[in-house]
Amino acid sequence: MRVLVVWCPDWSVVAAAAQAGLGRSEPAAVVSGNLVEVCNAAARASGVRRGMRRRDAQSRCPGLALLPANDERDARAFEAVLSAVEELRPGVASLRPGLLAVRAPGGWFGTEANAAATICETLVEGGVPDVRLGVADDLFTAEQAARSVDTQAWEVVPAGGSARFLAPLPIDVVAAEGAEGRDAVSLLRRLGLRTLGDLAALPGDAIEARLGRYGASVWRRARGEDPALFAARSAPPELEEQVVFEPPLDSAEAVTFSVRTTTERFVAGLAARQLVATGVRIEVESEGVVVSARTWLHPRFFAPRDLVDRVHWQLQSAEMGGSLRARKESGGISAPVELVRFVPDAVEPAAAHGEALWGGGSDDRVERGVARVQAMVGFDAVRRPVRQGGRSPAARHATVTWGEKAVDLRPVDRPWPGSVPGPAPVRVFAEPPLAEVVGDDGRVVAVCERGLVSAEPRRFRLARPDGTGALLPWQPVSAWAGPWPCDESWWSGGAGLTSRFQVVGADGRAWLLVCRETGWSVEAGYD
Amino acid sequence: MSTRPAIALDPTRSVVDQLRERVAAMERRPARESIATLPALAEVAPLTAGSTYGVDSATLALAMAAGASQAGEWVGFAGWSDFGVEAAAGLGIELSRTVLVPDLGEHWLEVTAALIDVLRVVVIRPPAVVDARAAEKLESRLRTRSGALVVWGQWPRCEARLSLEHSRWSGPQSGAGWLGERSVSVVVRRGERVVQRADLTVAAGLELVVPSPTSLRRAVT
Repeated sequence: MRVLVVWCPDWSVVAAAAQAGLGRSEPAAVVSGNLVEVCNAAARASGVRRGMRRRDAQSRCPGLALLPANDERDARAFEAVLSAVEELRPGVASLRPGLLAVRAPGGWFGTEANAAATICETLVEGGVPDVRLGVADDLFTAEQAARSVDTQAWEVVPAGGSARFLAPLPIDVVAAEGAEGRDAVSLLRRLGLRTLGDLAALPGDAIEARLGRYGASVWRRARGEDPALFAARSAPPELEEQVVFEPPLDSAEAVTFSVRTTTERFVAGLAARQLVATGVRIEVESEGVVVSARTWLHPRFFAPRDLVDRVHWQLQSAEMGGSLRARKESGGISAPVELVRFVPDAVEPAAAHGEALWGGGSDDRVERGVARVQAMVGFDAVRRPVRQGGRSPAARHATVTWGEKAVDLRPVDRPWPGSVPGPAPVRVFAEPPLAEVVGDDGRVVAVCERGLVSAEPRRFRLARPDGTGALLPWQPVSAWAGPWPCDESWWSGGAGLTSRFQVVGADGRAWLLVCRETGWSVEAGYD
Repeated sequence: MSTRPAIALDPTRSVVDQLRERVAAMERRPARESIATLPALAEVAPLTAGSTYGVDSATLALAMAAGASQAGEWVGFAGWSDFGVEAAAGLGIELSRTVLVPDLGEHWLEVTAALIDVLRVVVIRPPAVVDARAAEKLESRLRTRSGALVVWGQWPRCEARLSLEHSRWSGPQSGAGWLGERSVSVVVRRGERVVQRADLTVAAGLELVVPSPTSLRRAVT
């Protein structure tokens, strides 16, 4: 089986820069824990290197944009590349963000070089300028081939030529595989092995004895005998189910509606063998050709209803298209659908997924349910609350998109002078509604620069956040405390002097009011 | 997904009975399984699976979910754009098992139903007026999934409505001091039945404390 690998170098910088709205030629680096993790070509030209300290990098390249590391963002951005390649050749496997593999397309494109050129052209037109491709007999060789060429170029290693291609490469290429790879490279260099060819020439049993299992796998890869395949596990073929439409259907809704019984048969067929599917490949054919094929994974296992949803999503995404596919005409599936096929891609025994009598398993169920909610309201609309340090109530918490890791949180265990004592407010307004606080004489209470209050607050009212009517009409103040003055970031044009007051109304509800130069607002409520 | 908390068994009841309840729930014949509630509220408003509760304040809404969260269940808050994370943690809600959907959007009914599918206690602030049909749909979902719904706002039919009355703060005095303890009465109304009342103290750390057994009075009003 021939393999085609697409490599987008410095992918995390590409993804982060796109999110931050930076241009491609501006120097940028992704920083994690004060060290440069990845940097782009412009930054490298100024002397920035991977593993360099953040300050050193900034001193070499003052205009360097520093971006946070985020694996989920990289993977999400890479999804667009995956689906663009998928359009040309189904069966794409993402090895990691920035690197994908697919069975090398043969006949239809003419030669493999033509296929690589077509994929390269599609991706470049789709807005990914730096793509490199490699085609070879095995995954490792194809990846090295992709890494050996210049941008927007490809290398086709002829069948049976893997060992010859790999032999002159320096042994350091293995170091890209992480800590294990770096250790192995260090050892091999000390043993006097400089190229992959040197390593491949050694006898295999001696390698296993001296370098262990990892070393043996490097040896096999260096000889072009890489057994690692990227395809997922597959189930016996008789578990497939398909539905044929006669006449063909041309709307996604009609197809979705018609596959219901087939999905039930599919799940029942698996259940009869005490199996459940955790990964299903859905293929859509029209005019005898597979026009859309995609592997869907499920956090738990597929029920008939989930499969119907996936068919809908797959057809819908084919209709709407992402930015990468915008150049293709949109509006309806390109041709009427003749056949939908469900192929179990990964199956597991049903017993592993049953509801436990003694508890447990609930986390998986929640993941799955929340993923459904995300499909309804949007990826960013489901949040996970976290605490962080800060002075105002709004600064003391943050919400993280469900399924992502919290980054850049301020530590909670610092003193945070200037914060308001007392219980934490149960309501914290993201956009503080305006308020009015007046003293005995009916004039608005103000706080001077030294923190003195002009008059005792007597009455207050709160406006609604959207400005329509009052959240709370005028009411007398029954007790108040404050002010807690605070002037954050005065050295870099902060918000100016803010004074916080805890005010208890006549109805027994307490509010956290803030007096700024511009007027009063309500930051939080102790409802 | 590394931790798999075991369902907390109530040590005061027979293990076999509790397991029978759970088996019955799995066979889709949900018994009126009880859901863990904060001790201070368990007296007047114990949560039972399949029921809807109305509350009128954020503190109560958080407190209703806190017991289940402490017992290892997942809880969710929907439609709260002004969710106080710190206060939730103070009341005993485990943030790592909390799902927050700040803005429900127009499909709020479907989203709530999907949350009920997987979470034990769901607290919502309905963004629109709820009609009896929509409420019934959610209730049938609640019964099959053995969860509880807490509504902060209007709802056509509730198992019980809780409101916070006679709230008094100690601490601030015309400028000096700061908010400290708060004494409140929780008033529980269940349809035509007698009104139950419990006096509680919300400590500065937001724990709910029953002041002392003698001052707890249950009165017909």
